[in-house]
Amino acid sequence: MVDTKRAARLTGRTLMYILLSAWAFVQLFPLYWMITFSLKDNQEIFNLNPIGLPRSWLWSNYEDVIQNAHMLRYFANSLIVAAVTILTVTIFGLMATYALTRMVWRGRAVMRSYFMLGLALPIHAALLPVFLILKNMKMLNSYWALILPYSAFALAMGILIFIGFIAGIPKELEESACLDGCTVYSIFARIILPLMAPAISVVAIFTFLQAWNELLFASVYATDWRYKTLTVGIMGMAGQYQTRWGPIGAGLTMATVPTLVIYIILSDKVQKSLVIGAVKG
Amino acid sequence: MERVMKDKKAIALFLLPALILFTLIIIVPLFMSLYYSVLDWNGIGERVFVGFSNYSELLADTSRFLPAVRNTFIFAAASLFIQLPFSLFLALVLASRVKGERFFVTVYFIPVVLSAVVIGQLWLRIYYPRGGLLNTLLTALGWMDPTQPKAWLGDISSVLPAVMVPILWQYVGYHMLLYYSGIKSISPDIYEAARIDGAGFWQTAFRITIPLLKPILQVSVTFCVVGSMKVFDLVKVMLSDGGPAGAGEVITTLMVRRMFYPSNRYGYGSAMAIILIFLCVVLYQAVGIVFRERDGGKERKRGRLRG
Repeated sequence: MVDTKRAARLTGRTLMYILLSAWAFVQLFPLYWMITFSLKDNQEIFNLNPIGLPRSWLWSNYEDVIQNAHMLRYFANSLIVAAVTILTVTIFGLMATYALTRMVWRGRAVMRSYFMLGLALPIHAALLPVFLILKNMKMLNSYWALILPYSAFALAMGILIFIGFIAGIPKELEESACLDGCTVYSIFARIILPLMAPAISVVAIFTFLQAWNELLFASVYATDWRYKTLTVGIMGMAGQYQTRWGPIGAGLTMATVPTLVIYIILSDKVQKSLVIGAVKG
Repeated sequence: MERVMKDKKAIALFLLPALILFTLIIIVPLFMSLYYSVLDWNGIGERVFVGFSNYSELLADTSRFLPAVRNTFIFAAASLFIQLPFSLFLALVLASRVKGERFFVTVYFIPVVLSAVVIGQLWLRIYYPRGGLLNTLLTALGWMDPTQPKAWLGDISSVLPAVMVPILWQYVGYHMLLYYSGIKSISPDIYEAARIDGAGFWQTAFRITIPLLKPILQVSVTFCVVGSMKVFDLVKVMLSDGGPAGAGEVITTLMVRRMFYPSNRYGYGSAMAIILIFLCVVLYQAVGIVFRERDGGKERKRGRLRG
């Protein structure tokens, strides 16, 4: 009786591990496949060796997309757009958070809810109006054309996360700093800013992923190759190479490596930064 | 200190950059879209006020717009009834003291951080008729005649499920992590008590874990239903022109196609954007009401029991 129960539990456990491993395989395999076919030629991909490791590593696929498909340029553009967006969201977001939590004024609560509207409103209504504004200001096809909207989109979530963190910083710190005479600017820069570092990293990761992976706005606002980001660039590249999968795989891998590296190094932080907003909101 | 914190100039200086950016790019465009949506306008010519005719045209468009709305809702339903239960199941299993749970959690979350463009390009190749991974596998298993490969994304009957799979696949890890962290924050004492009472896996799940997870479930359901309305990237990448006869079109892809070159129907496209926002807001509220109602029902029952 006891034995059959234990046997049943053992089978249950085994089945469980099989299921978990099978799903892990399903989630990882396309990634493995992408990296391997980025180093093969068509003959190998389609006939000789569709899923095995590459027989000889064809790094020339990478050279090909860097030289002929502007991949390095797109990569740099994505990096610039993401970096400036992170800076903007962090600085503007922290400043607003400070005014919204620590400073004393009427309408503070209303202003908070106003910013939180940004969490619920879909950004799609902005697509055409912002396009026309940018067009009138002759700012289409520039880095700002993407940095400004991306910053605005990430601002609500950034402020939400910052508000959550700043609540954990005791006010006494600011008060004691103030005893020896102070300005609000020096309190903000010397005390709040350093203490908010963990929150900044969470917001930075969140903003990075959003900016790096965005397609809709990038595809409309950045049509000149000099300002295309990786997501838009890849679409064009896939069309350019058609059925030559090797270089396409190389381009896809190049776009994936930064996110993957960040994720592998900081997996806990990355998970937290994407889930924290959902749980708090 | 108090005087310092009431400094009006400092408050304005801290608040204004974020306020201006947010207002100009999120709030003002909302009203601009509302205004455009009652115009017949191509961006260059005259702006002609047409009242609600863009909306009535959309609501009568049984060839493109209404099917796109239907497809979008099918995505939401699939996400709700397939993706969420599966994610919940994974989270329940992972939280039941499995060896290597951190490893599995980390792996399951990987697709969430990847760009949908990359994922779309990959799945495009998985579905590729000749030499694609899926057909190669099916042929190897003897389930497909290699001389008649199936074009998964080119066939009206299979295009919708084929586009749906990668979308569900990508975000399983996200919902799983929400649930998993929720379960981990439930007091172990409760599970200990359940174990002593002899509750099994399913009993514990349905009687204890899932009821306690309700706030997280609400977040996850909201994210999945409202998020499905906005789905764009994967559909755009995998079906650049909406699929065969537009059979894979969703609201956002149609909106962009009508809004910009070569259609340039600014008014018509804006009406679509407004309908999209309307759907998101309504569904957001609806999910809230469904969850609150359940709560209220339970409160009443408990009250009755006590009384």
